[in-house]
Amino acid sequence: MPERKKRMITTTINGEEITFLCEPRQTLLEVLRDELGLTGSKEGCGNGNCGACNVLLDGVLVNACLVLAPEVEGRELVTIEGIAPGGELTLLQQKFLEHAALQCGICTPGFIVAAKALLDENPSPTEHDVRLWLAGNLCRCTGYDKIVRAVLDTAAALQAAQTTPTEVA
Amino acid sequence: MATVWIPPLMRSLTQGQEKVEVPGETVLALIQAIDGRYPGFAARVLQDGELKPGLSVAVDGVVSPKGVRERVRADSEVHIVPAMSGGESALG
Amino acid sequence: MGANPKLDPIRGEGSGNGSRPQPSYKVIGTRPIRPDGVDKVTGRALYGADVRFPDLLHGKVLRSPHARARIRSIDTSQAEALPGVKAVVTGADLPTAEDRFEDLGEGGINLRYLSENVLAHGRVLYHGHPVAAVAAVSPHIAEEALSLIQVDYEVLPPVMTLEEAMAEDAPILLEELRTDEMGERGNRPTNVAAHFRYELGNVEEGFAQADLVVEREFRTQTVHQGYIEPQMATALYDQDGQITIWTSTQGSFSVRSQVAEILQIPVSRIRVVPMEIGGGFGGKITVYLEPVAVLLSRKAGYRPVKLVMSRAEVLMATGPTSGSRIRMKMGATRDGRIVAAEAELVYEAGAFPGSPVGSGAVVLLAPYNIPNVRIDGYDVVVNRPRASAYRAPGGTNAAFASESVVDELARKLGLDPLEFRLKNGAKEGDRMANGLPHPKIGYLETVEAIRNSEHYNAPLEGRGRGRGRGVASGYWGNWGGKSSATAVLNADGTVTLNEASTDIGGTRASIAMQFAESLGIPYEKVKIRVVDTDCVSYNDVTGGSRTTFGTGLAAYELGQKMKAAMIQRLADIWGVSPEEVVYEEMVFSAGENRVTFDEAAKLIERRSTPVMVEAEVYGKKYGPAFSTQCVDVEVDVETGKVTILRYTIAQDAGKAIHPAYVEGQMQGGVAQGVGWALNEEYVYDREGHLLNASLLDYRMPTALDLPMIETLIVEVPNPGHPYGVRGVGEVNIVPPAAALANAIYDAIGVRMTELPMNPARLLEAILAKQAQESTQPA
Repeated sequence: MPERKKRMITTTINGEEITFLCEPRQTLLEVLRDELGLTGSKEGCGNGNCGACNVLLDGVLVNACLVLAPEVEGRELVTIEGIAPGGELTLLQQKFLEHAALQCGICTPGFIVAAKALLDENPSPTEHDVRLWLAGNLCRCTGYDKIVRAVLDTAAALQAAQTTPTEVA
Repeated sequence: MATVWIPPLMRSLTQGQEKVEVPGETVLALIQAIDGRYPGFAARVLQDGELKPGLSVAVDGVVSPKGVRERVRADSEVHIVPAMSGGESALG
Repeated sequence: MGANPKLDPIRGEGSGNGSRPQPSYKVIGTRPIRPDGVDKVTGRALYGADVRFPDLLHGKVLRSPHARARIRSIDTSQAEALPGVKAVVTGADLPTAEDRFEDLGEGGINLRYLSENVLAHGRVLYHGHPVAAVAAVSPHIAEEALSLIQVDYEVLPPVMTLEEAMAEDAPILLEELRTDEMGERGNRPTNVAAHFRYELGNVEEGFAQADLVVEREFRTQTVHQGYIEPQMATALYDQDGQITIWTSTQGSFSVRSQVAEILQIPVSRIRVVPMEIGGGFGGKITVYLEPVAVLLSRKAGYRPVKLVMSRAEVLMATGPTSGSRIRMKMGATRDGRIVAAEAELVYEAGAFPGSPVGSGAVVLLAPYNIPNVRIDGYDVVVNRPRASAYRAPGGTNAAFASESVVDELARKLGLDPLEFRLKNGAKEGDRMANGLPHPKIGYLETVEAIRNSEHYNAPLEGRGRGRGRGVASGYWGNWGGKSSATAVLNADGTVTLNEASTDIGGTRASIAMQFAESLGIPYEKVKIRVVDTDCVSYNDVTGGSRTTFGTGLAAYELGQKMKAAMIQRLADIWGVSPEEVVYEEMVFSAGENRVTFDEAAKLIERRSTPVMVEAEVYGKKYGPAFSTQCVDVEVDVETGKVTILRYTIAQDAGKAIHPAYVEGQMQGGVAQGVGWALNEEYVYDREGHLLNASLLDYRMPTALDLPMIETLIVEVPNPGHPYGVRGVGEVNIVPPAAALANAIYDAIGVRMTELPMNPARLLEAILAKQAQESTQPA
């Protein structure tokens, strides 16, 4: 019989310190969705192949379905719910809407988290960079075209904003 | 007279006729008229007064949910077609 | 990486037919942000698996480890005794289903088989067939309980392929099955559930006129819709017998009907709440978990029960669409006229009858006007999951065969493949193989759009030496169906539109836009909601590419009715006749009286009767859709890997309401078609175990596998819709497999006749060709 005794885990999620109880066998995704009510991270496969549960763990892109909940003790998590601080949409989210880069939308949270991680690391990706980085996220609706355009357009707009600081001000 | 297209697998009943022209104001009336000319046709197509499961009828290019109750005009073209899963939407 | 001539952020490529004057629309043809967009980019949108309730129990399903077996007995006592387990159900908990056909979604189904597919009754027919289900206080306890259920199986040899199923001495899957030949029942047990024939003209005479005949046999494998959101259902069976089901489905009313039939409960006691849906593509019409959740809820003391499938369960037991074997023979004269065609289509139905061979047979030759045609179709049961609809069901298989042969004929006749299509292409009034004449269609316009495209006219470097270009066309009949909706005028001049077509790809936007256009108000003033089955009357499923057309018709009618109602109210307030009230540019006026739309809304609420209008429609004049596509590939002859360099799709949308979502449908259909063509397949072992039930091994295209997909929206308006709309969801998946096969032939001279054209199969074909060439004298 698997161990059912629960453990207490303290972690930071979207900037807030949170303590939760979990069984050792529970995944981070299960705890986020079922215990903490953060249902923006989706389960498409449960074994790391679709990216719908992408979150940032200490700034690194991970599949929450492949992380056991106790592993996040003392660490810092960002989920889709924490991408738009203060509730204002980020430029990336805005570009997904403008480009119609979603149809059913189930993969969208994962794509947004993954694309944010890409742009954090590489602010001016090529089309190939975007496709390579997002190859861990499956979308069955869009054929990726509009998603890739939305990410490239976000990068271009962010670059333009940086090189012309007066406009931003 | 409306024109009823006879499905290939039923043409043995209509002496090989691909099309039959018969009078009638509903699909049912047309089927009965065909049966009058080619006895056994109605029994082949109908079950308890409705089309048998697996069959659909299209009147003037539109698959009819009313089945044999669908009304027809004097110049209507009626097709008996297989109603298979996923099929209705492809019949155009 | 592929050639990408332009990366405009938002392209406005529009009509392929510039000569026709287009009505001037204010809303239609624009690209507003969809109403559900913000919730979907912030993670707030609630999908089926996101529902949470106090006291919620979690369910799990025990599935057959065998492809074919008799169930001798099921002992659930140990599972029931596990602490935390609240209910266990088996097929014995289902009422005996009638042996009767009903159309409860997209096409008819025998209720007995529908019930048997939900929970096995004495026999299992595929690896993954549900046998029992458990509800417990946590999903983990439910899973533990499954391992405590003892099932005694008598394992039987499975029938996995069409050849095995159709062999003389084949084991019979369903003892009661007899071949149905257009309503005539055969007299001996069989695995061939149905046979039909289409025939036009005289095929033998037709082939006698032909100067050139090409005949080939094609095979395709079982593939899955691959929606990213697994099936789920949550049900609450109340003490007063009322049932609520929260699920993600293409048709909430279809779920209601299916559950009612399976559990023999009146529909009025069932309310289905459609949650956001994470993809369907035809695979979310049939119920799998909903009746089980209802049974568990009742048995567990009226507590809500949620079931969510794992990805492995999705692949093992839902979807898929049929593998097939198609023999295609076509003859043409020297001057390029197709004079005869003959085909035999054999499709896997899975464990129960109902493959899409019927629609496959219609799609097969629909783009062409051929005087002499004979098509035989066979629906064959095998020990695989019951086939369900998948985007243009049966069409991709069929077009792979017919469009490959058309390509070969054109090549052998020395004709450009598009010229060959223009020469033989179907027009209004031409008859399809089933005898039905085409209504107004835009097939030739899609061919012209590709012929005039920058892509088709651009030289391809290395063509014929590892790189190649292929084209193919496709047809889908579309659907209209039933819709009902209501619209409520709010005092602030906005309108709440309640409809019940679950929104998979942005249809809330396309329906709200048609309403706004019809009423003459901005899109932003329409608040649109997808409501549950208690709120409006019956609606057909979101399927058959019907929603923007069918529910769009309802939206148009709602706009007209609301305009009339507002005019009537204002006339009453002003003491004039309704005919005197003029409505223009959002202003109502009659003589001296003049109010803006917003003022009118407020005035009516204060001084007159409220305005709520309803529309019920049955769209029958849905216009069929055509697509023609062009693809450039590079084939690595050392490994057999195909890289797509460039892809262009032209598709007749009738009228694109929201062009960005029309492009999205086109691009998405191409991507799925590419997956089907190059990688996706179910792999079973000899015992009938599915070997690749994960998204690592069931390999769908990623962003890295595809280039940008260029879109050419062709607009040949459908006369059966006030704005000319044709469905756009499905036809795009029909041509890709053939287009890719034709491109591969163009690249390396190898004619692929089997899908998927993955590196293993392609390399085998390349090596076979090389071996053949090396044995031939120089």
